[in-house]
Amino acid sequence: MWMLEIPPFLPFFIGALIAAVTRGTLRNVIMLATPIVGALHLWMVPEGIHLQFAFLEYQLTPYRVDKLSLMFGYVFHIAAFIAIIYSLHVRDTLQQVAAMMYAGSGLGAVFAGDLLTLFVFWELLAFTSVFLIWARRTQRSYTAGMRYLIIQVSSGVILLIGALFYAAETGTLEFGFIGLEGVAGWLIFIAFGIKCAFPMAHNWLTDAYPEATVTGTVFLSAFTTKVAVYALARGYPGTELLVYIGAAMTCFPIFFAVIENDLRRVLAYSLINQVGFMVVGVGIGTALAINGAVSHAFNDVIFKGLLFMSMGAVLHMTGRINGSDLGGLYKTMPKTTVLCIVGAASISAFPLFSGFVSKSMVMSAALENGYDWIWLMLLFASAGVFHHAGIKIPYFAFFAHDSGIRASDPPNNMLLAMLIAAVLCIAIGVYPAALYSLLPYETGYNPYDATHVLAQTQLLFFSALAFVWLNLKGLYPPELRSTNLDFDWVYRRAFPVALQNMFSVIWKVDSAIRQAFLSKLNQSLAFLSQRYKGPSHLLSRTYPAGSMVMWVAVILATYLMLSFIH
Amino acid sequence: MDNEKKYLFDNPKNIKRILHLLYVSCVLLFLLDFVIHRHVLHSWENLWGFYPVYGFAGCVVLVLIAKWMRTFLMRGEDYYDKSDVDNEKHETNKNSIEPGGRDVDA
Repeated sequence: MWMLEIPPFLPFFIGALIAAVTRGTLRNVIMLATPIVGALHLWMVPEGIHLQFAFLEYQLTPYRVDKLSLMFGYVFHIAAFIAIIYSLHVRDTLQQVAAMMYAGSGLGAVFAGDLLTLFVFWELLAFTSVFLIWARRTQRSYTAGMRYLIIQVSSGVILLIGALFYAAETGTLEFGFIGLEGVAGWLIFIAFGIKCAFPMAHNWLTDAYPEATVTGTVFLSAFTTKVAVYALARGYPGTELLVYIGAAMTCFPIFFAVIENDLRRVLAYSLINQVGFMVVGVGIGTALAINGAVSHAFNDVIFKGLLFMSMGAVLHMTGRINGSDLGGLYKTMPKTTVLCIVGAASISAFPLFSGFVSKSMVMSAALENGYDWIWLMLLFASAGVFHHAGIKIPYFAFFAHDSGIRASDPPNNMLLAMLIAAVLCIAIGVYPAALYSLLPYETGYNPYDATHVLAQTQLLFFSALAFVWLNLKGLYPPELRSTNLDFDWVYRRAFPVALQNMFSVIWKVDSAIRQAFLSKLNQSLAFLSQRYKGPSHLLSRTYPAGSMVMWVAVILATYLMLSFIH
Repeated sequence: MDNEKKYLFDNPKNIKRILHLLYVSCVLLFLLDFVIHRHVLHSWENLWGFYPVYGFAGCVVLVLIAKWMRTFLMRGEDYYDKSDVDNEKHETNKNSIEPGGRDVDA
């Protein structure tokens, strides 16, 4: 059937095109219809390769469907639908078109069956999403977007070089298991790692996401990192290095999140923390672990989206997002408060919320495979994520000291989007079987046994107790207006300063060398002119009449000689 | 503020209630350790109160380390903007952008 051959990104690109030329209700209807039609279409598509052609001497597969890509395909449609509802009030064509293109690129990437197609969508993800940052139209967002674009495009270029090496090494461009062997394996790994926000390559995320527009961040949080997780799950399952990288990703951001003031930046750090759990799952690579990674990505898109939406609602209604400026908003934004708490409970993995049914799979897999220390780190990170995302976000925005701000709940479309996300969080938490049935592997895992539930509840309640105790003792760090240095300091401050210093030294040395050369030249010229300046010498200014007469005689004699020869 | 409506947590009693509820739940959860038989994968899980203690200690350590990190990581809010402070001023004067960006131009 020809319908089969329509790849999932196409409806979104067509939707973007129509959104660019329409306005008002018509545009809203088209934008809403796109993910619905796309999802229905995807629901009916069977697994297999649906589009393939030869390009030069390689077989390209722009559209391949299997269980792994379907999971991400479904959740991207859900995320796009929710985020579109959330941004229905936006009248900025640039943002709406960029968002549609961005969602389409994410879908294109997860259904790409070869590395060249993947590269194309990899770069499209970067070029479309950066407009969601620039659409804020501040100097800060412009420079943050620039840094974001440079890093994302570099990741794509590395991917392309890796793909070319891969083609040379294996003779095919098919995107399957790659593994860390050879130059190609490492290059592609690094490219995926940059987009996945590996430690030290993570600052594009914490730098750019909080600078994007209210609605833009909701889109951003759903696609880029999840595409990277998908790519790792496809190319590097069972790569042990990923376990350690992932564990580091779960732990270090929570320290920054605790002291960060911008609440959307806190969420950006916690996004890295959650992606860390997925990376650990991919690294362990067993059926249970991969299931855990994929389902956690699925849930994370929804609950992280919900949290970004609730903080977006706060920013939209109050114009402020710093913890130090907010507080007491529960009084006038009760609906947002409740929805935010649902998101917070989900990310903290409370039993009956979505995070619990997926995160516990990764934790169990870590223990089963003998990664004891990794398990302890994940446990610490679980307590930590509750601390900064589960408690800090709702507490400092909606409770804490009364800031005196009396903003009302956001427009209905924003509330509806948050409501859908919240209902999904609870539904998946209460009835995980629906989610599990979509997973790539059959493991018969049951999250709701007494041991798990009790352990997780104890961990969370005593974390909450620690928060209360620290607050009552006055030990909890207050929210302060500040910038916290992170690895981006290296390329935003240290590197430019080092370059500046280096160039100032180079310029000094250069001018010293020129000066020395010039003065030597002058000296030797002076010397020469001194030496040969007497009468009749090479450089003398005056010649005596006698020598002139002699030279005339020489010329005449020569002339005479020449005439004889003739 | 006097005329304003009283909200849920304006009454200190309600905060106390929430905190007491938390304390009681913590005690109950701790006691459940002795009642429910765990099937465990790791020997540490057998230790009584492993999860509660780990959760509590983990969070305290997290916050204390984070607080200490502030001593050498914290800079002024405009640390990175210093070089283009002038541009920023110029920009904001020109078209006075609201903090949330220009979402709605209707």
